[in-house]
Amino acid sequence: MRFDIVLRVATKFMLAPLLLFALYVQLHGDYGPGGGFQAGVIAAAAIILYGLMVGLGPVQKIVPSALLEVLIPGGVLIYAGVGVVGMLQGGNFLDYNRLAQDAVHGQEWGVFLVEIGVFMTVSSTMIAIFYAFAGRRRS
Amino acid sequence: MIASHLPVLVILIPLLGAVLAALSRHGFAAWLIALLASAAMAAASLALLFRVQAEGMISYRIGGWAPELGIEYRIDAFNVLIVVLVSVVALLTMIYARRSVLAEIIPERIAWFYTMMLLCVAGLLGIAVTGDAFNAFVFLEISSLATYTLIALGRDRRALVAAYQYLIVGTIGATLYVIGVGLIYLSTGTLNLGLIAERLAGIEGSRALIVAEAFIAVGICLKLALFPLHAWLPNAYAYAPSSAAVLLASTATKVAIYLLARFLFTVFGGHVDVGALPIGAILIVLSVAAMFIASAAAVFQNDVKRILAFSSVGQVGYITLGLALANPTGLAGGLLHLVNHALMKGAAFMAIGAIVLRAGTAKLDELSGIGRTMPWTSAALTVAGLGLIGVPGTSGFVSKYYLILGALEAGFGWLAILIVASSVIAVLYVGRIVEVVWFREPAEAARASREAPLELLLPMWVLAGATIWFGIDAEWPAGLAAAAARQLLGGAP
Repeated sequence: MRFDIVLRVATKFMLAPLLLFALYVQLHGDYGPGGGFQAGVIAAAAIILYGLMVGLGPVQKIVPSALLEVLIPGGVLIYAGVGVVGMLQGGNFLDYNRLAQDAVHGQEWGVFLVEIGVFMTVSSTMIAIFYAFAGRRRS
Repeated sequence: MIASHLPVLVILIPLLGAVLAALSRHGFAAWLIALLASAAMAAASLALLFRVQAEGMISYRIGGWAPELGIEYRIDAFNVLIVVLVSVVALLTMIYARRSVLAEIIPERIAWFYTMMLLCVAGLLGIAVTGDAFNAFVFLEISSLATYTLIALGRDRRALVAAYQYLIVGTIGATLYVIGVGLIYLSTGTLNLGLIAERLAGIEGSRALIVAEAFIAVGICLKLALFPLHAWLPNAYAYAPSSAAVLLASTATKVAIYLLARFLFTVFGGHVDVGALPIGAILIVLSVAAMFIASAAAVFQNDVKRILAFSSVGQVGYITLGLALANPTGLAGGLLHLVNHALMKGAAFMAIGAIVLRAGTAKLDELSGIGRTMPWTSAALTVAGLGLIGVPGTSGFVSKYYLILGALEAGFGWLAILIVASSVIAVLYVGRIVEVVWFREPAEAARASREAPLELLLPMWVLAGATIWFGIDAEWPAGLAAAAARQLLGGAP
């Protein structure tokens, strides 16, 4: 696969736009279709594509498994943490109204932060699944 | 301030504990986190119990949204019973888990094991506290996914097949459930269980609702392993790591039973037209089949874990029988049996887990005379077994007594006879274990083993002791179960 010229060239063209598009989907999720789930999958697709091109070793230098094992629970921690902050501010769990000066801003901040957590967990889980399958040896 | 957040704290504590255990990536640290989280969770659920007893139903709005728009957590006399049961059993399991996990799980997976245990508990408690049909589905998936992983972590290679089998069946069950929920949403426009119950009353004989009830009932019955939908259960319990088997056997099916009861009584109970579906009659037939056929299958197993697993399928039959009787005494008996069975099956699986730890096998023919070298463990297994039979002086007797009274009250004298008759089968499979363990000459495995360590015996005997205690003085659990039954039969919450 490493010497497949079509895959190599096409991948090089697509990698940067893929990551950029993932960011767009992530940040535009408040106003249009998108959000952490979709953006996470797109970003993970970019990494997986790179892994298909260069193999498991080099891609794990960029995104090591140890990093994934922190990011997967880390995203959940961000999500739940935002909810707990809402509780500490005097609201109920996941109440975003009190996160900023008024309720609208609070909701915006809440969703923004929570979606970052979703992005982290979804993208790193997708990559971890890819690593698990790609790393299997025939016994 | 904390008191008002109790309904969400009982889920939040194990969820955050799971995340921290995963981040710690260290076996002992993960265990410590799991233990502390379970202790805090058990304390929170007991506080919740006292609040519900003092104030009645508690409603908690996630994110501050009204029930029509958002997710509402609703705690009443019924689900607080489940919450306390699950969290207390989870705490005891965590105390028990450390030694048995060290022996059964490879070191770099131990932190993940505790993560999955806590996630599973968080999911189970979530199903219990939520008042939202779709939120219950999400928690059902959280607990199920964690369960598949837990089973697959078992030492035996067959654990992978067992986990895969359960994954397929469990996913089908969850899919059927969510189809049913979708149909309800179509008819009522809400996912809140309380609001569904209110709006169903205004809907005239909609066919979609009958289909919804059928989908939901079958989907949940797959999860609670009602005979004949139980095929996934024996392997899953037999090959899971011992401490995971304790948690699953005593809580997972119980929470599914809770969900079934919630739908049958709280949601569909108030609606006459849907009542045309003879779910009660079907449940009685299947329960009786479970009581006899699954218990009979238990008699012919050689692996003690599989005996206990088939016995679980049989015992679930008694609980669903209580639901099907649907009169105050029978329902209270069913719910009491739910609690009692969780305690005694927890003790039994802890005992066999300790035997596996010391003797290295759960095969009955290799365990001859193990009672001589592991007297306390074998005694706990025997007490739990007597409870499964329903011997007077154990909690199993009390709940079966209520069930028989309930059957007589409903005018089913033959059902009362069947309950007694099926207990005779339990005498057979418990008798086999007792005979091999106590009355045979010690075999090689028995001579080579010694008594289990105290940290295994302690939680085991808390559960075994509760089996005896609730058999002699059943006032507290019976009172809770009766309150729960009243809550269910009272119609909408």
